[in-house]
Amino acid sequence: MKLKGAQIIVKCIEEQGIDTVYGYPGGSVLDIFDALYEEKDKLTQILTCHEQGASHAADGWARATGKTGVVIATSGPGATNLVTGIATAYMDSVPLVAITGNVGRSMLGRDSFQEVDITGITIPVTKHNFMVKDPEELADTIRKAFFIAGTGRPGPVLVDVPKDVQQALVDYEPAKPAPRKAYFSDNEYVRRAVELIEESERPVLYVGGGCITSGAGDALAAFSEKINAPVTVTAMGLGCFPASHPNYIGMPGMHGRDNVAKTMLEADLVIAVGCRFDDRVAGDRKRFCPQAKKIHIDIDLAELGKNVTPDVGVMADARLALEAMLPRVSQKKNKAWIDRCRERRDRDVLLGSDGKLCPIRIIKAVQRAGDPDKIVATDVGQHQMWVAQAYDFDKPRKFISSCGLGTMGYGMGAAIGACMGSGKQTVLFTGDGSFHMNFNELVTAAKLDLDITVFVMNNHTLGMVRQWQTLFYHRHYSSTDINYPTDFVKLAEALGAKGYRLERNEDIESVIEKAFSERGVKVIDCKIDKDEFVLPMIPPGKNFEDILTKKPVID
Amino acid sequence: MPEKTQKHIITALVTNKSGVLTRISGLFARRGYNIDSLSVCNTNNPAMSRMTIVALGTNDEINQIVRQLDKLWDCHKIKVLRPAECVKRELLLIKVSVPSSRRPEIESTANMMKVKIIDVGESSVTCEMTGEPNKIDKFIELMQPFGILELARTGITALSRGEEILDDMADYNEEINK
Repeated sequence: MKLKGAQIIVKCIEEQGIDTVYGYPGGSVLDIFDALYEEKDKLTQILTCHEQGASHAADGWARATGKTGVVIATSGPGATNLVTGIATAYMDSVPLVAITGNVGRSMLGRDSFQEVDITGITIPVTKHNFMVKDPEELADTIRKAFFIAGTGRPGPVLVDVPKDVQQALVDYEPAKPAPRKAYFSDNEYVRRAVELIEESERPVLYVGGGCITSGAGDALAAFSEKINAPVTVTAMGLGCFPASHPNYIGMPGMHGRDNVAKTMLEADLVIAVGCRFDDRVAGDRKRFCPQAKKIHIDIDLAELGKNVTPDVGVMADARLALEAMLPRVSQKKNKAWIDRCRERRDRDVLLGSDGKLCPIRIIKAVQRAGDPDKIVATDVGQHQMWVAQAYDFDKPRKFISSCGLGTMGYGMGAAIGACMGSGKQTVLFTGDGSFHMNFNELVTAAKLDLDITVFVMNNHTLGMVRQWQTLFYHRHYSSTDINYPTDFVKLAEALGAKGYRLERNEDIESVIEKAFSERGVKVIDCKIDKDEFVLPMIPPGKNFEDILTKKPVID
Repeated sequence: MPEKTQKHIITALVTNKSGVLTRISGLFARRGYNIDSLSVCNTNNPAMSRMTIVALGTNDEINQIVRQLDKLWDCHKIKVLRPAECVKRELLLIKVSVPSSRRPEIESTANMMKVKIIDVGESSVTCEMTGEPNKIDKFIELMQPFGILELARTGITALSRGEEILDDMADYNEEINK
């Protein structure tokens, strides 16, 4: 069957079992959008306000569903607007295929209108990218892009397709998605890891996003119970191990829990699974838990030893490795250890602010209200850390947040994608700084009539930067008191959403209840104090022993 | 004790396509590793090029960069060659300033070191030398007193000794995982 290149692109997306694509049309992708028009019964296309929003929406969709997100943009500025979204997906290992148009082959390299070398630009932030110069190779390239995006450690792949390649008529034969390889080899490293676990008396499981990608939840719970290991879960991993499980102790790292810091320092074995000793977790990587032996299990060989050198590194899928090791470790008799960790966790309560509108109380109230399976998306800053600390995630793929790149402006697009992908009620926690970056996508959400409630933690300042300026920059509030005159209630109404204001702790439950009872998009302007801190905090480059649990007195 | 920084030879079979060199050299640049020399050539398999990269670093650093390189979709096989287990050569072209009266001195040094004279000008001589990099360094040193006008070196190219063939090896990560 002969088809146009653009039709082949759309067919190859459908082959992958994908039903939604995000994007924005333009001169170089008119053919692709024409092909999408023909296939609109099978493939929903979502138009956003900005290509960046589309890239975050595809990313949020991928995180919520576990499938590969797809975003389409035109050449030049359309393509460059995707870059932040692609980099966000890259840092958080999210499977994403970005398809960009480019000028026709004969126009390439001549600085033609809206021409940009997007494959050159995205080399450092993609797993791989392609420019398709031969129409005969188009179908297999798109298939390969999906394979690469989803296999092993997932990540974004970009395919750049010149306009005349989209127009060329070539043969198309349908194909099934290529099977993915199981990443596990029962080798000497697995044996040595089991030995270290058998020798240990005070093991800790430190787990991350790899446990969500591999679906390691059940294996992790069984493993933790068998060796009596407390489990600390990174921001990327939240929900992979239930927060309600008796062995859960909280998040580690810069804004992790105090009890986790103490437990990490007492442990004699740290078992890191599907995580990467990021500086926001490990602090000074050279002084990370020097008293403990370390096992690092990750699907990406390059992660083993990149930041912290483990005693044993196992290159494997998190679930497969845990399942293989589970029958080989013996039931531990170290009950005193897990009891001590649990008791310490129970004593470690998050401090809310007194008198003022308290962000942590808002987050806890949101958790109690509405659908227990709701999606919680965030932007980046203080509100993100408060959610990561205070919201108890019992299931994976519920916390949607830019953890690695820390992309302010991520949330609104991501909430749209996650809401559509999951079909669940969705809340977005954002700050007035982050929200101002990409609130344009409220329009997209309103147009689609999605059930999204946006909580704007509005302190008229860039709270996280202010916190650092308070602590480390002599209170020089340089460019942080943003004080925009924006009225978020009116803004919401102007953009097709409903607006509410929340100013007092007493009103938290009633405002949430009111907002949750309405359909469509809601924005709640939460007036919080500008000197709220995210605590505890381990100062940058420091370690677990340097944790601040109270606001220091600063003159 | 901090680990010793030294030169390592990395050999890799990569896709023979434009843009692959950018991917590889860009990876070195953005992860902060230094390339001492890099040579690329076609191979008996038209789909593959061979890259020989000499990089400076500790063992851990080289391990890390090889693992990162191995993740590149266009990098098919990769290995660090141990000095004792490989043959390595470099090509030097060197143009030396020399009046015709002193030309015999150059000729005799060149003969002794198996260096060919490939071009003679009125007051210059150009030599070609192939050898191990340290021998090449030595020859350049010997030419110094005459006055070196310019030189070009290809950087090391290397193959493992004996029957071992890079293309037949298991993938790097499978090799490690055995």
